[in-house]
Amino acid sequence: MYNFSSLTNSIHEFLAASLSPTMVTVVEWSIIGITLIAFVALSVMGMVYIERKVAAFFQLRIGPNRVGKWGLLQTLADFLKLLMKEHIMTRSADKFLFNLAPFIIVIAAFLAIGAIPFALGLHIMDINIGVFYISAVSSIGVLGILIGGWASNNKYSLIGALRSGAQIISYEISALLSLLVIVVLAGDLQLSAIIESQRDGWWIFKGHIPVLISFVIFLIAGTAETNRGPFDMAEAESELTAGFHTEYSGIKFAMFFLAEYVNLFIIAAVGATVFLGGWMPFHIGNWAAFNSVMDYIPSVLWFFGKTGLIIGIIMWFKWTFPRLRIDQLLVLEWKYLLPINLVNLLVVAFIAMMGWHF
Amino acid sequence: MGNEAIILFIILGTLMVGGAVIFSYLVSPKVPQKMKEDTFECGIETQGSSRIQFKVGYYLFAILFLIFDVETIFIVPWAVVMKDLGMVAFVEIVIFFFILGLGLLYAWKKDALKWE
Repeated sequence: MYNFSSLTNSIHEFLAASLSPTMVTVVEWSIIGITLIAFVALSVMGMVYIERKVAAFFQLRIGPNRVGKWGLLQTLADFLKLLMKEHIMTRSADKFLFNLAPFIIVIAAFLAIGAIPFALGLHIMDINIGVFYISAVSSIGVLGILIGGWASNNKYSLIGALRSGAQIISYEISALLSLLVIVVLAGDLQLSAIIESQRDGWWIFKGHIPVLISFVIFLIAGTAETNRGPFDMAEAESELTAGFHTEYSGIKFAMFFLAEYVNLFIIAAVGATVFLGGWMPFHIGNWAAFNSVMDYIPSVLWFFGKTGLIIGIIMWFKWTFPRLRIDQLLVLEWKYLLPINLVNLLVVAFIAMMGWHF
Repeated sequence: MGNEAIILFIILGTLMVGGAVIFSYLVSPKVPQKMKEDTFECGIETQGSSRIQFKVGYYLFAILFLIFDVETIFIVPWAVVMKDLGMVAFVEIVIFFFILGLGLLYAWKKDALKWE
């Protein structure tokens, strides 16, 4: 299986041979920065296009099909349109906070995406508290939403921001607790160590029913945390026009939109890494021949395949279920998911203690 | 890369939003009108201030979140060492969850989880 660290090492040695150490760091950071921005922009455009096509097929429509072949350039056209829109800010808005909100929300998204292992050896920052770090920085995003909603000085924005805040902080607990189930089994918070622990099979297969339960809870909590699907209370367009970004237009709205899709990718990637083994191919215990056949498929394909699968499931949610009310949403979290999660964690701890998992 | 990459990501986010906003400001038209700067409210003129009172329920959930989030921070280190410590860690977490469950039950019975 191709190891990307040989590529990164050869680039590093090539640079170190001709440049001073300071310049090497500067050049390497620039390479990573440009690659990451290009990746984020392209993947968000792709996801927006896929989302619109998926929505169209669910509703027996064709979807975007005018700009470019099969409408592939539709998202690019939309982005260019948003880029050339006039900057409008309401008279009563808090000018500093209004402009600060998109920064916070995008920075939080970038912080989280940097800690995700994309392939074997392709891992920008392998921080030793990986799961905890991602969960911590992805909750910074809610600050951007609250600030944006408050600074707009609009009743819809304020209510949308408060709803969104209540929803995200509630579901954050469930998301972290369901990830802790795997941390108990793997005994490590580092993402590379968690992937390594799945060399003889993914946790979703090795961990019996409790891990399946926590996977389902993670999907629900992840959908709620990204303000999507049946939980898009923050921007319930039938009651709150557009929720917290009612007053945002043009490129600032585009930044909120971008952060939403990056967060969707992060949730799917974390779910794929922790439950489905990240870039680890499909291995079964001690079937050496089968495992070596699976190793021929590149690790990038495994990672993006699993991530795409989870993104597909979350999109399926969105176009299948009707939107919940805010009280139903909070009851679902506090009266069902949280107690189930606590009991589930105890069961898994017991299984791990007795060594009953594979 | 080491953990100093966090600085890189903060710079990247700032550059991306800042660059896009500044570029968009340069290429976008500027036709200021009084009506454009009004706060949106269903097409009619804005009624009163937007700093309205909102439900106390949001505060209650925020306080509950605070308790459970701090509690999650205590569970994280436990989860890492659970396998090594074995029975001792398990019994202690059962006691911890029991106390926590009592807290949730209290909030439940006090109708703090009710939204009306």
